[in-house]
Amino acid sequence: MNPTAVADAIVIGAGIVGAACAQALAKRGLSVRVLDAGTPGATAAGMGHLLVLDDNAAELALSQYSLQRWRDIAGSLPNGCAYRSNGTLWLAANDEEMAVAEHKFEVLREHGEACEILAGNALREREPLLREGLEGGLLIKGDGIVYAPAAAQWMLDHPLIRQQRATVTEVDGNRVRLADGQWLSAGMVLLANGIQATELCPELPIQAKKGHLAITDRYPAQITHTLVELGYVTSAHNASGPSTACNIQPRPTGQLFIGASRQFNTTDPDVEGWMLAKMLRRAAEYVPALNTLNVIRAWTGFRAASPDGLPLVGEHPQRPGLWLAVGHEGLGVTTAPATADLLVAQLFDESLPLAATPYLPQRFLGGSSHA
Amino acid sequence: MLELTVDGRTLQVAVGTSVAAALAMAGDGCTRTSVSGQRRAPLCGMGICQECRVTIDGARRLACQTSCRDGMQVRSLP
Amino acid sequence: MIEHVDILIIGAGPAGIHAALAAAPSGLRIVLLDDNPLPGGQIWRDGPQASLPTQATRLRERLQACANVQIQGSTRVIARPAPHQLLVENDQRGWIIGYAKLILCTGARELLLPFPGWTLPGVTGAGGLQALIKGGLPVAGERVVVAGSGPLLLASAHSAAKNGARILRIAEQASTRAVAGFATQLPRWPHKWLQSLQLFSPAYRPGSHVLAALGDDRLEGVRLMQQGRIREVPCDRLACGFGLVPNTQLGEALGCALQDRAIAVDAWQASSLADHFAAGECTGFGGSELASVEGSIAGHAAAGDQAAAQRLWPQRARWQGFAAVLNRAFALDPALAALCAPDTLVCRCEDVPFAALAAHCDWREAKLATRCGMGACQGRVCGAATAHLFGWQPSAPRPPFSPARIETLLRLDGHPPA
Repeated sequence: MNPTAVADAIVIGAGIVGAACAQALAKRGLSVRVLDAGTPGATAAGMGHLLVLDDNAAELALSQYSLQRWRDIAGSLPNGCAYRSNGTLWLAANDEEMAVAEHKFEVLREHGEACEILAGNALREREPLLREGLEGGLLIKGDGIVYAPAAAQWMLDHPLIRQQRATVTEVDGNRVRLADGQWLSAGMVLLANGIQATELCPELPIQAKKGHLAITDRYPAQITHTLVELGYVTSAHNASGPSTACNIQPRPTGQLFIGASRQFNTTDPDVEGWMLAKMLRRAAEYVPALNTLNVIRAWTGFRAASPDGLPLVGEHPQRPGLWLAVGHEGLGVTTAPATADLLVAQLFDESLPLAATPYLPQRFLGGSSHA
Repeated sequence: MLELTVDGRTLQVAVGTSVAAALAMAGDGCTRTSVSGQRRAPLCGMGICQECRVTIDGARRLACQTSCRDGMQVRSLP
Repeated sequence: MIEHVDILIIGAGPAGIHAALAAAPSGLRIVLLDDNPLPGGQIWRDGPQASLPTQATRLRERLQACANVQIQGSTRVIARPAPHQLLVENDQRGWIIGYAKLILCTGARELLLPFPGWTLPGVTGAGGLQALIKGGLPVAGERVVVAGSGPLLLASAHSAAKNGARILRIAEQASTRAVAGFATQLPRWPHKWLQSLQLFSPAYRPGSHVLAALGDDRLEGVRLMQQGRIREVPCDRLACGFGLVPNTQLGEALGCALQDRAIAVDAWQASSLADHFAAGECTGFGGSELASVEGSIAGHAAAGDQAAAQRLWPQRARWQGFAAVLNRAFALDPALAALCAPDTLVCRCEDVPFAALAAHCDWREAKLATRCGMGACQGRVCGAATAHLFGWQPSAPRPPFSPARIETLLRLDGHPPA
């Protein structure tokens, strides 16, 4: 088997993470071959929410750094990427959640994020469609939204990047085998294909988390910020059973994009009516006006989740030549630019304002297999 | 005959008249504006194309498949 | 609360009406659903400017007289909460219907192919104009050009003329030879032959097709390729449709197998899914007579009366012959796939131009990159158009099968899996 050397780097997966990494490599002068199987992935399905999340310090550092990188490139993104900096409004339904909001506020302020605590009435002044009786909320002004498939295509549009529709069936260090039997090689191979990564590297601790999404018809815009319930932090992000949380994103089109749900132990892509209904019900509890709006489409997507909720970014410790950028769970769009920077920094042995250690694959895969 | 209001104009129509027809009687028959700013009017007449989406008594409906009712308030979409 | 019925019939056109009437004597509980306010489908659409044939009025009277048949108008099917259940919605509410047997009579829609100017107000489908006129659209004194393909063009022009429109042209894309060939076959079905004579118009021009709709904010005229020459015809309305596309989305979503882009059925009008039947244009088109007899067969079969169903097989065979002749004659000229200019919109919901689509290799990729098919029509118009233009297969339908209110969709959460 004589592999064909095709580029300095092969990237498997043309979603937002693969695209961001490919672009970063190309900008360093590397030729990149991006292989994509053409099967639906999280980038195609997801909400494109750009947000800082502070479940833990490493997540905050990653999302904050990456969000700034999005702001840096926002001006260059074409209109089709629909980038908006409309902020996230975290909603507290009770005292307990309000305490979480206040804590978040302190943490984020310490880290330089522009945010604002809103009590009860002030909340409805900002978002009149919210139901009465909410305790308050936290507005994070620098959060935004982007249409990730268009952003990925924009990132891949570089003279040193060549895209190829192909399914990779085997990975061996810096070589890959395609479905047609052909072997390709490169200086390095980057695995960035979400839940499909475990087909090539079964040892990766990636679990699929199914999510449902729905979008309404176009209506006159009445919601400004992306509305997310704080129950999200406690229930959806960390739960082990099926869960839903209110997540309502106003699209520039006038449509309302509704999420979020999480289910484990299923790779069935079908829309499950009961789960869709549960999710919509949760959203309508916060914005009652949703009840009379029309949903025109519903679909599902699968997030690639790692055990600690942080991605794996770095060289595979036991497979030299194979690099990983997987396990971004629900933060793939937000953290794609940071992932790309981390990857390039490791490749070129440079340092970043962002420490790489919390995201290294070693934490799950162990040390390298050779001295 | 029954009476309804279409984009602020009152008119009388025969029972069984569709809202799409009423829009044409009351004005230019246009129902909505497309995402690139074109005015649109009903195309398929049978509830498929969604060009005739309008607001009827506050709700989003298809004009071609809705019969006029006495006192109905119809607004074409801006 | 789930409403339980024995036989649920989706679509109250000729097929659905006949299915209900055939099944009614069994005494079984039957519900007949349609998304229009009144039964009749397209051909027997009722309205202030409709003139229903006596046959249609009689059938509706018979239907109304059946105590065990309930007609639910203005109702759409939204989702399938569980096997043998459908979530439906009308203007007021959403609810779940459980059924023992289902008969799909979802009919067909017009194939609406894009051409420059087709989004101008004043441009409609051919059947589209007829439907709008029946609903009361005033066309008296308006100059109308009808175009596209199929006998529907004549029917549409006839409706318009009867309501005072001036028919300037009927531009049929099939060649003179194909149309003449069709006409010579018609005497085999004397009723159709008579119909064609009644509908014939001196404005009829085979071998002709639309090139563009002209106008700034509104239709002002049409450019036609008329038997080899380009003609511009000032007019107020262009009614253009290129034949029919079976409405298979619901059948497909429920798991019925398709054949030749229609719901596949056997001699009993049974689909590949047990307890699910289909009849009429959604199984392949051939006119209202074929739809009617298919509906009757399905109704008898669903009600368990095999003998009555079987007695109708010869009649169905007769009308299947007509369908075959019809489809051969009006096959579409490949030139129609080349009408688009680069900036001609193909997806009308999201305003996606032809040039943006031509760069992609399949429906899914194009949809993701351009948003074509992501709008309110759920890909019904652009999906049929891109199938014709590029040969793309649209993706499998997902719920909601029609835009639906969130409060309706909430009714699905009583049904988590076991």
